[in-house]
Amino acid sequence: MSTMLEVSGLTHQYGRGERAHVAVRDLTFTIEAGQLACIVGPSGCGKSTLLRCISGLIPATGGSVRLHGDEVSGVPDDLAVVFQDYSRSLFPWLTVAKNVEFPLRWQQVSKADRRRRAAEVLESVGLAGVGKKYPWQLSGGMQQRVSIARALVSRPALLLMDEPFASVDAQTRGELEDLTRRVQRDLGSTILLVTHDIDESVYLADRVLVLSKSPAAIVADLTIDLPAERDQITTRESEQFVSLRGEVARLLQSPQVQRTGETAPETPATAGSDAAHGAASADAADSATTDSAKAAAAEAVESPDETAASRS
Amino acid sequence: MSITTAAAKRGRILGSAAVTWLVFAAALLLWELIAIGADSVYFPRMTEIVATGADVLLSGPAWRLMLGDAVFDIVLPSLATALGAWALSALIGVALGTALGRSSWAMDYCGTLISFLRSVPPVTLMPAFMVMFGIGVQMEIAAIVFSTLWPIVLNTVDGVRSVDQVKTDTARSLGTPRRYWIGMIVLPAAMPKIFAGLRLSLSIAILLMVVAEIVGGSGIGLRLSTTQSTVQYPEMWFWVLLLGVLGYALNSALLAVERLVLGWQPTRGDDA
Repeated sequence: MSTMLEVSGLTHQYGRGERAHVAVRDLTFTIEAGQLACIVGPSGCGKSTLLRCISGLIPATGGSVRLHGDEVSGVPDDLAVVFQDYSRSLFPWLTVAKNVEFPLRWQQVSKADRRRRAAEVLESVGLAGVGKKYPWQLSGGMQQRVSIARALVSRPALLLMDEPFASVDAQTRGELEDLTRRVQRDLGSTILLVTHDIDESVYLADRVLVLSKSPAAIVADLTIDLPAERDQITTRESEQFVSLRGEVARLLQSPQVQRTGETAPETPATAGSDAAHGAASADAADSATTDSAKAAAAEAVESPDETAASRS
Repeated sequence: MSITTAAAKRGRILGSAAVTWLVFAAALLLWELIAIGADSVYFPRMTEIVATGADVLLSGPAWRLMLGDAVFDIVLPSLATALGAWALSALIGVALGTALGRSSWAMDYCGTLISFLRSVPPVTLMPAFMVMFGIGVQMEIAAIVFSTLWPIVLNTVDGVRSVDQVKTDTARSLGTPRRYWIGMIVLPAAMPKIFAGLRLSLSIAILLMVVAEIVGGSGIGLRLSTTQSTVQYPEMWFWVLLLGVLGYALNSALLAVERLVLGWQPTRGDDA
């Protein structure tokens, strides 16, 4: 595997002098081509700043970002971003099809090709036949599918996603998570997704980078060795998932994360019922993940046998 | 189901249109009755006003669709002045508003000045315009442009500023070239506000047209003052009525254009 993204010594601070706020400090990591990596960190830890630096939307105050070897300065051509706020990210004055075609306007693509590729990518996100509608005529989940289609239409080398499913309901979130994994596998794209949701990061990723509180620093880099085929119900109740979730949750609660700090060595994984406890307490602490905890509980009712097996 | 709701909606719209026109017709009838009762030369009957108007407008030869000289010598030149000046104002206003709105500092310097200029009642500047441009169509155009410009500028500034950070980031991350920025992102986003300014200034344009013509002595304004001073009250009232009709028609036309251009807005689309 070749290296797609190389972030080294990345630092970003807002303002200068005494009022300066360091959002990201000395971050170093690489993402391999074809990987789906999640960055998980507490709210306000500088995740979005990190993503904006990588996407070239703001110049970092220190360090460097390289996209397949080329130094990023300004927005690179073969990079796309999906934002959390889909309703503001889609252009309301353009139809769904025109929104999706938009990035192709600036490339050497004929009008007929633009139309064909937009239709293709809309179909691949499950939105065939809505091209003539305006974004506001679609549900939130469908709107976010449109933004994903628009990001994918130019076949970017790297797709950045900034809390992409934080504004949709739990049911839709699950569907979009599965869509993201399927599309990533079908197109062989490289995705870097930022989230504050522990369950989501573990479910989605091949690899999870855990960030500390602001200024963001990497406290752990975990390989998620869950099977490639994942399922919202069975994967989430598998022992492996529960233990990984617990590990990430414990890392986020650890002193290195709470105290703003230096890069910590990787914590060895602990499996079993302890991990489940850790996850539960972390869920309670982080209100944003209670939705998914409820969903997990609901799933547990549906299939009591398997749950009992994994909890015992 | 969608067919029945569409039919019901159409019925409702037709119903409401019929009702408003009925009220309008009733008002004209009321005028007629009051005029008969009052029996005053200053307040002629509606039928007399309309008949005079028909005489004025439809006295021409058949090859001109019966349209009389008044249409070509009075109504059309007046309209051309008002619409031409308004269009010029729209052009300058949107360009100026876009420049001011895009700049991070320009409105800090010019905001108060523009608010002040907008607050000067344009009619009071008529003597000044007459001195500067002499009496004639130039003065009329200057007066209309000056009074319609500021609402367009201020609305455009507002609209241009409504482009939010997420849209800016999105457009940049999608590789939108700088030279397409205004046309593809800024103006479409600002369009609802720009249209609000255009509609406001269209009614101002008609108002200023009449005032400038009364002062300058041309077009519909001149006919208004002449018929008044020569005691041709039915014709005078006809010109007043015609101005109302023209204002209504122009506003309706602009609304139709707006529906076409802003069809993407949730409250304007078919499903609204």
